[in-house]
Amino acid sequence: MSERDGVAVDLTGLHRSYGGVPALDGLDLHVQAGEFVSLLGPSGCGKTTALRILAGLETADEGQVRVGGKDLTQVPANRRDMGMVFQAYSLFPHLTALDNVAFGLRLRKVSTSDRRRQAGEVLELVGLGSQAGKYPHQMSGGQQQRVALARALAIRPQVLLLDEPLSALDAKVRVQLREEIRRLQTELGITTLFVTHDQEEALAISDRVGVMSQGRLEQLDSPATVYQRPATPFVAEFVGVTNSFSGTVDGAGVLLPGGVRLPAAVVQGLPDRSPVRVLVRPDALHLRAGDGVLRGSVVTHSFLGPVTRLSVKLAEADLPVRVDLPSERAHEFPVASQVGLDVEPTAALLARS
Amino acid sequence: MKWARRAVLAVLGLYFLLPLVAMLDFSTRGRGGVRDLSAWRAIGQDSELLHAILVSVELAVLTAVLMLVLLVPTMTWVHLRLPRMKRLIEALCLLPLVIPAIVLVVGIASLYSWVTYFLGDSPLTLTFVYVVLVLPYAYRAIESGLTAVDVRTLSEAARSLGASWPTVMLRVVLPNVRAAVLSAGLLAVALVLGEYTIASLLNFTTLQVDVALLGKRNAEISIAVSLAALVFAFALLLGISLVAGRRRSARAVEPLAPSAAQPLASSGAPA
Repeated sequence: MSERDGVAVDLTGLHRSYGGVPALDGLDLHVQAGEFVSLLGPSGCGKTTALRILAGLETADEGQVRVGGKDLTQVPANRRDMGMVFQAYSLFPHLTALDNVAFGLRLRKVSTSDRRRQAGEVLELVGLGSQAGKYPHQMSGGQQQRVALARALAIRPQVLLLDEPLSALDAKVRVQLREEIRRLQTELGITTLFVTHDQEEALAISDRVGVMSQGRLEQLDSPATVYQRPATPFVAEFVGVTNSFSGTVDGAGVLLPGGVRLPAAVVQGLPDRSPVRVLVRPDALHLRAGDGVLRGSVVTHSFLGPVTRLSVKLAEADLPVRVDLPSERAHEFPVASQVGLDVEPTAALLARS
Repeated sequence: MKWARRAVLAVLGLYFLLPLVAMLDFSTRGRGGVRDLSAWRAIGQDSELLHAILVSVELAVLTAVLMLVLLVPTMTWVHLRLPRMKRLIEALCLLPLVIPAIVLVVGIASLYSWVTYFLGDSPLTLTFVYVVLVLPYAYRAIESGLTAVDVRTLSEAARSLGASWPTVMLRVVLPNVRAAVLSAGLLAVALVLGEYTIASLLNFTTLQVDVALLGKRNAEISIAVSLAALVFAFALLLGISLVAGRRRSARAVEPLAPSAAQPLASSGAPA
C-alpha cells in the first residue's frame, strides 16, 4: 500500500429523525483531506447516524454528503468507495482472514494472484501476516478488529470510517489498536472519521475532535482546544472531569452560597449579582495543608496511576469537589484531613447563568 | 446412569425399528417360507410406480427450490430492513400448521381449476400448494440460521466493500446460513415425499397415492416401496441432524482470550 492524498468530506445540513425523534438536527461537518476527525458524544447524540449516512447505510431526511467535491447523497453504499470498521465483529465467519481482506478486491475483479498478494500485504501491515489462514472464530477480538481494519484498507477507500471499533476490546488491546490505527492513517494519508464515546480515545489520536449533542456539532477543534477552551457548557462538562460551582457574580469572581469568593476571570464583565456557574478541572485545583480560598476535608482517594483523585467536601458550601494531584503526593492528604484549596483565577473554564 | 440411557435408547430403537423389520419381513416373505425379493424387484418393473416416484422426486426438488427462493431473500430482507414485519411474516408462515390439510384442499380446489387452466394438469403444479405446506418447518429452520449470525452487520460490511444486494445474498448471507438452508430444503423434501392427503384429494398420482393404490392390488410391493421411502426419509433426517451437529460444533470452538492478541507489528509496515 502506498501513500496517497485523502479527499475532503463535507456533510451539510444533515437531518435525520426516527419516529419523530431527531437523531441529526442540521449537522454541518467539514473534514479536510487526509485529516483524522473523531466524533465524540454521549449515546444517542447522532454520531453513529452521521457516520452511517456518510457510508450510505442510512439516508438523510435532508442535507448533502459531498466527498472529494462529488455529491454522494443519492449514491448507494456499495458505490461510495469507503472502508468501514464496525463496532460489532463483522468478519465473514465462513472466510479466512486472508479471504476476508480479499473480499473487496474480489468484487473489484482483481485477479486471484494479485488479490491474495495485496490482501497478504495489508494483513502484514496490521501485523497479522501469520494469521492469514485462520477463521474469525479462531482469532481474538483484537485480531478480528485488525483484520476488519485491513479489510477496510485493502480496497484503498477514499474515506475510512470507524464506528466505535475498539469498544468491545479490553483496555490494553484498545490502546494498542488505536495507536496502530493512527499510525496507519498517518502513513496512508487517508481521510478518517472515527466515532467514539470514549473521550480519552478521541483526544489521543485525532487531528480534530467534534463534540456532538442532540444531533448537532457543539464544537470542532483540536483535542487541546476542546479540552482547554470548550466552546459550550456541554463540551466542558462532557470532555474531561469538571467541578461545577454555582453562585453570583462578584467582580472577577463568584460568590458561593457559603459566602466564599471563588476567583474566576471568566465572569469578568458580567453584571454583579447575576447567577452564574463556573467549571474548574480537577487538575486546576491546588491542595495545601491549612487554609486556602476554599476549605474542606478529604473524603476519598481514587488511585488513577500517575495521579490520585481526591474527593474533598467543602466546609463552606457542603459541596464535594474532585482534585487531582500527583500520586506520590497523595499520602500528604489522608482521608479525613483538613485541607485548603486554591484556584487559579484563569482556571475557571466558563460561566453560564 | 449410563445403563439407563442405553435402556431408553434400546426401547426407543426397538419401537421405531420393529415396524420396519416387520415390513422388511413381510415384503420378502415368499411362498413356502422362503425369502424372496420379487416384491422389491417388481418396484423396478412397475412403470406407474416408477412414474409416481419420479413425480414425487421432481415435486420434492421443485418445492424445496421454490420455497428457498421465496423464503430466504424475504426473511433476510425482513431481518435487515423490516424487523417490525417479523411477527407478521412468522404468523403467515406458521399458519399452514394449524390449518388441516382437508381444509386447505377445500380452499384451494377452486384455485386449482385456474392453475390447471393456465399451467395444465401436470402433478408438478402441486408444487405451489406444497410450498405453502412446508412453510412452517422451513421458516423455523431458516429463522434459527438468520438469528445465529449478525446478518445486519455482515451485510453492511459487504455493502461498504462494494457488494450489490445479490452479491450480499449469494456470497455473505447464504454461506453463513448454509446449514439452516440445507435443513429447510431437506425438511421440504421429506415432507413432500410423505404427503398423501392433498395429492389424493386433488386427484394427482404421487408416490404416496400410488403406494396406497398399490396396497389394494399387491400388498408386498406396496410395503416394499413404503419401506424404501421410509428409509430414504430417515436418511434425510439423519443428514439434517448431522449438518446441524456440525454447525453446533463449529460454533462451539472457543475464541481465544483478547489478551492473546498478537503484539502489534510495526516491522511489516512500510516506512
